[in-house]
Amino acid sequence: MNSFKNIFDTYKWEDIKSSIYSKTSKDVEKAIASNKRNLEDFKALISPAAVPYVEQMAQLSNALTQKRFGKTIQMYAPMYLSNECNNICTYCGFSFDNKIKRKTLTDSEILKEVEVIKNNGFNHILLVTGEANQTVHVDYFKKAIELIKSQFANISIEVQPLETDDYKTLHNAGVYSVLVYQETYHQEVYKTYHPKGKKSNFYYRMETPDRIGIAGIHKIGLGVLLGLEDWRTDSFFNTLHLDYLQKKYWQTKFSVSFPRMRPAEGIIEPNVIVSDKDLVQLICAYRLFNEDVELSISTRESEKFRNNIIPLGVTSMSAGSKTNPGGYAVEPNSLEQFEISDERSAQEISKLISESGYEPVWKDWDKTLA
Amino acid sequence: MQLLNIAGKEFKSRLFLGTGKFGSAKQMEMAVLASGSELVTVALKRVDLETDTDHLLSHLQHPHINLLPNTSGARNAKEAIFAAQLAREALETNWLKLEIHPDPKYLMPDAIETLKATEELAKLGFIVLPYIHADPVLCKRLEDAGTAAVMPLGSPIGTNKGLKTIDFLEIIIEQSNVPVIVDAGIGSPSDAAKAMELGADAVLVNTAIAVAGNPTSMAAAFKMAVEAGRMAYESTLAKQLNHAMASSPLTSFLNE
Repeated sequence: MNSFKNIFDTYKWEDIKSSIYSKTSKDVEKAIASNKRNLEDFKALISPAAVPYVEQMAQLSNALTQKRFGKTIQMYAPMYLSNECNNICTYCGFSFDNKIKRKTLTDSEILKEVEVIKNNGFNHILLVTGEANQTVHVDYFKKAIELIKSQFANISIEVQPLETDDYKTLHNAGVYSVLVYQETYHQEVYKTYHPKGKKSNFYYRMETPDRIGIAGIHKIGLGVLLGLEDWRTDSFFNTLHLDYLQKKYWQTKFSVSFPRMRPAEGIIEPNVIVSDKDLVQLICAYRLFNEDVELSISTRESEKFRNNIIPLGVTSMSAGSKTNPGGYAVEPNSLEQFEISDERSAQEISKLISESGYEPVWKDWDKTLA
Repeated sequence: MQLLNIAGKEFKSRLFLGTGKFGSAKQMEMAVLASGSELVTVALKRVDLETDTDHLLSHLQHPHINLLPNTSGARNAKEAIFAAQLAREALETNWLKLEIHPDPKYLMPDAIETLKATEELAKLGFIVLPYIHADPVLCKRLEDAGTAAVMPLGSPIGTNKGLKTIDFLEIIIEQSNVPVIVDAGIGSPSDAAKAMELGADAVLVNTAIAVAGNPTSMAAAFKMAVEAGRMAYESTLAKQLNHAMASSPLTSFLNE
């Protein structure tokens, strides 16, 4: 398959890392002043040399984001369908070797959860699972989507990597976007974090966005798990990936998420601490590099961070989220994938967004367009 | 000033507004009212047709404001036609801003699919206003297909870069038998005035108003600019000359 692998394999992690860390304030100033920024500019903007320029970057990011997206924030809610998982991911609460009660929602349970999510005001939903191909497979997804389709304008999924034909099936079933995070682009480190299960295949995961693109899905969500490895180098590779995909799948939209490691049952401490300032720098760097990519912030982030991030470049936010299957209604106390940090309700977040001078957007798609 | 006539309907205002990107629905309503606009476009995908109290629509309930549903999000003629039919039923209007942009990065309109959809929709009784490149030949093809107006872009949508396509707009305006509405890229009132001076029949503005520091007063500024530009056009502008009139005429011998 002609995929991102061909490009990725021409880069070396250590070379990129040292190139980022050797950027100077002159490089940063050039990147800021430019109106068509390239990957070298992106490196400068995420480099330590750009730290003193974060305020300037934030001002630019604010203006560019408003120009493209207006003063709006898209609202969405995740719904965890299952915590069954055959992978060992050393940082995840759902890891196979974690002795927790496993749960996959039935049809009637899905509808109970949906009722709460709808009452919270949501029209865009993200379905999330682990990777358990025996029970939580394409047919399960298809059935779940058919079950809830009439109630949502926009359905996204964040599930195990699938084959191109599976994505086509789900596209036809009504899936608008597919999120798949590489976690880390550092191959050796990836192997130590994912020692067992299908997910341990680094390249299969990395080629997933290509398969999603070929299948004609409207939007692809990318990201790295911030905390596993050097976030600057990982973010460069994520951007390289984004840049490649955007040129190749020209009819596809893209989003980037910024999952920062949070405490979860039985997991390790983050290897790298990503500070609030680091994350703001990263978000602004993405915006300055790419004016049209959607940037998403979840309830992993703290109240304080979310109160202040709205005008800085993000375009979508989740709210009132539960990260356990059945968390909204069926089994509120089952084990979460990670602890959410901002526990405020959807209505509270909606109010916060309005008070920041932005319009919370609940519907920006229509199932008739699928 | 002359009234604008599109498909038999008359408009006093030659300024059309987009309703996206505002910081709140209230802010959008205030700007629309300040602009004096009588035709505002609403993305079908933003409207919740399942409730009769849609947030966006409830702020556009004024007798002088007509809705122009748009098909933003459609990637081809088939999707656009489907969305159009839904919009007609739900919003009770056969007016349609046809937007087909399969490229989500620059939102460039697809000429081929747009022409196809215009043909179909005109047959189905829609008043079609297609968003297109400033392509004079495409405009003539759309006229043949039964379009009610053409909406060529001034520059890439959302960029506020003004009338980058001015040479092509002039050709379109010169040749058109249907109203020409300059859509996309108008960044400031002076851009709008310029388009009107060229003879455009109307302009459509969104980002430049929605994202302005004060959207309401910016809307009022656009209102004045559009009126000034139109008045100038109707008054026939004095020609620009790059040189003074020659002092020794070349053809004076003809009078001898």
